[in-house]
Amino acid sequence: MSLDSKVPKGELANKWTDYKSKVPLVAPNNKRRIDVIVVGSGLAGGAAAATMGELGYNVKCFCFQDSPRRAHSIAAQGGINAAKNYQNDGDSVYRLFYDTIKGGDYRSRESNVHRLAEVSANIIDQCVAQGVPFARDYGGLLANRSFGGVQVSRTFYARGQTGQQLLLGAYSALSRQIHKKTVTMYNRHEMLDVVIVDGKARGIITRNLITGEIESHAAHAVVLATGGYGNVFFLSTNAMGSNVTAAWKAHRRGAYFANPCFTQIHPTCIPVSGEYQSKLTLMSESLRNDGRVWVPKRKEDRLKNPLEIKEEDRDYYLERIYPAFGNLVPRDVASRAAKYMTDQGKSVIEHGNAVYLDFASAIERLGEDTVRERYSNLFDMYERITDENPYKVPMKIFPAVHYTMGGLWVDYELNTSVPGLFAVGEANFSDHGANRLGASALMQGLADGYFVLPVTIGSFLSKEIRTPKISNDLPEFKQAEKAVKERLNKLISIQGNRSVDSFHMELGKIMWDNCGMARNEKGLKSAITKIQKLREEFWKDVYIPGKLNELNPELEKAGRVADFLELGELMCQDALDRNESCGGHFREEYRTPEGEAARDDENYTYVAAWEYNTNNVSAPKLHKENLVFDNVELKTRSYK
Amino acid sequence: MKLTLKVWRQRNSQDKGKMETYQLNEVSPDMSFLEMMDVLNAQLIGEKKEPVAFDHDCREGICGMCSMYINGQPHGPVQGITTCQLHMRSFKDGDTIYIEPWRAQAFPVIKDLVVDRSAFDTIIQSGGYISVSTGNAVDGNSLPIEKGLANEVMDAAVCIGCGACVAACKNSSAMLFLSAKAAHLNMLPQGQVESNRRVLNMMDAHDDAGFGSCTNTGACSAECPKGISLSYIARFNRDYMKASIASEETTDS
Repeated sequence: MSLDSKVPKGELANKWTDYKSKVPLVAPNNKRRIDVIVVGSGLAGGAAAATMGELGYNVKCFCFQDSPRRAHSIAAQGGINAAKNYQNDGDSVYRLFYDTIKGGDYRSRESNVHRLAEVSANIIDQCVAQGVPFARDYGGLLANRSFGGVQVSRTFYARGQTGQQLLLGAYSALSRQIHKKTVTMYNRHEMLDVVIVDGKARGIITRNLITGEIESHAAHAVVLATGGYGNVFFLSTNAMGSNVTAAWKAHRRGAYFANPCFTQIHPTCIPVSGEYQSKLTLMSESLRNDGRVWVPKRKEDRLKNPLEIKEEDRDYYLERIYPAFGNLVPRDVASRAAKYMTDQGKSVIEHGNAVYLDFASAIERLGEDTVRERYSNLFDMYERITDENPYKVPMKIFPAVHYTMGGLWVDYELNTSVPGLFAVGEANFSDHGANRLGASALMQGLADGYFVLPVTIGSFLSKEIRTPKISNDLPEFKQAEKAVKERLNKLISIQGNRSVDSFHMELGKIMWDNCGMARNEKGLKSAITKIQKLREEFWKDVYIPGKLNELNPELEKAGRVADFLELGELMCQDALDRNESCGGHFREEYRTPEGEAARDDENYTYVAAWEYNTNNVSAPKLHKENLVFDNVELKTRSYK
Repeated sequence: MKLTLKVWRQRNSQDKGKMETYQLNEVSPDMSFLEMMDVLNAQLIGEKKEPVAFDHDCREGICGMCSMYINGQPHGPVQGITTCQLHMRSFKDGDTIYIEPWRAQAFPVIKDLVVDRSAFDTIIQSGGYISVSTGNAVDGNSLPIEKGLANEVMDAAVCIGCGACVAACKNSSAMLFLSAKAAHLNMLPQGQVESNRRVLNMMDAHDDAGFGSCTNTGACSAECPKGISLSYIARFNRDYMKASIASEETTDS
């Protein structure tokens, strides 16, 4: 199968408008007869399900949590970008487009990113209409703040809980449709397979997490809005339940997985404190608006009380190396710089790694009250976890896995390589290239869910108006159900000696050491061997207590870890294939004389889309989508 | 730290359930409460026993999934936080800790510490939204909202829907949850049009779900991890009264 990105012809700025005016429509009487499944209820899934319900489709929406309002979008803190130019600081659709392409290190698709920038302004209007309480100025108008990698203020926010407020907006729109019965909601259901009938996605197999029942759900099309796969690293800022299973099942059924090695390591998280640690907590990027990152100049000072280290003995290394952007360099750059400092032995904690994020000069400049107004919830969160007061002593922070730019390959219409199977939000790969800018994940999730998918899915569904209701009695459903049951049976009957978590932790360590902030050929090759061995051991020695027909969290985790054990290998293979450094993917062999990432545009300006090999999981087939840049010039990304 | 845990175990919704006792010998004060539960579960799995089922997800106090009744208090002894944000430094070496699920008729136990909170979704579905479909929204700045009001709206909107208010209430009332959502929407100009319908429908859904009546005791607000004020209940009562009269007038004409 060749990769047809289906990018419309014409000028970049007109593509989306032209597309919208030409895409075939589905008449209201036909929409009523068409079923659509949405898996996931976060910003992308919730918005897509609600909007398609409003349009008149019959929607079934699934989430594994106890309510659609729990999806991990809720945890996003800092904000959402939009090209409103309310601040009159020169922002425009083009600038947001350009910043996103550049921030992504020229590894994303121009047309998708431009569309994202175009609809960004609509998102804010939509959310305000829903009652999302964005921060406002004294005049009652919407306020903005700055985020990394840009030189304008285009980030809208609701205290440090922007994700929560946006998700509650989408959840309320979804709830309205559930009440109107255009959307049927299935809570505590986990998708365990996609069902393909005659080459098209026609349904899913789910497990009811309370009763253990395996169910078949049929529809004319399936939309995956199942988020990212950062939990392959075990420790990440993702929620405990975030997983790759839905996307991976789709991959096993023929959907290509694109750029899996593009993971975002967020520079400002609370450092690991012990072996028992279950997750890492993010400190919002917005803190870098006012916080200054530093380490002591001399190694000997690293454990000294920071308040006693004189100004001239501190190295504000981001301000020193990147004067143009200072502390607001993009995430990949800030993370690597922190790693570079701690690799030189300048970590400011005894065990493990950390650097300082200091608010002393902001408090001096603005007063403690202003700092409190801006960041109190983050400061409180920090103090609760660490038992240290960041108003008095600098925060200790270190990078942690946060977001995955890679995901299911999709064309311009957000269709994966399987017809009728769509992917939206973090689950797809399309908009952030090799590095995502802050406050752009919320933008992409809602853009896909509210404004893009409900339009583009018409292109597929308009050809399905004569397709009668899909029956879940078809042999394809029975076979898929049987396979799901067999796999679950197999998992629970191993009754070995190791817990699911022990495998997950071991995998996470392999990934972090070899496919984390810096990668090299030797490490990646050894990681692949280690993962293969670990996977083998998992299927021989995992211990899962409890039964199949009841609420069984260990069984749920085991299924997810089994998929992570395959994904991890693919990520390493992808990282090994990409003999360049770009964005979050830093190959130690490929760097400039100053130590910065060295891209290879001649050979690697492509999306790596991997096809699953049913006969041998370790030998996936690589398809390349060449990226064409008609509108921006590929430059060495400089924030200096 | 060494701890004795008394944990509620219940196989499923039909099972009667009982407290079980467990010993933990190596608990670090820097662990979160849920990480302590992970340690307990790792210990149980090591002994080939079934781990304790509990709800949790984001582990940073925002998803509203975690829900433990610790020593007689929803989310434990520290004010203004969820269970996942509670750290073991809040306890002493040698302590005995009682851990139970939320107890309320409208929140039936599914297993161990996991309860069914879908009644909250039903309340929101009955009117916890502004009826605006995607597309055609006017420019966000065409409707200035006074900063103080915007802040007050945000104070109501921060509810995470965890259900601690219900668990804390002697009547198992969900009035704090209900009133915070209604206040968030009713205070905004965008939410005015539907305000009467909203409060009437949400109140009915609340009562139908089996939540009890509010007697203004205030335990809900005291235990709310987001510090949502009791004054929203007063506001709700006022809005409800107004809506009841308005609906009578409509019916009369």
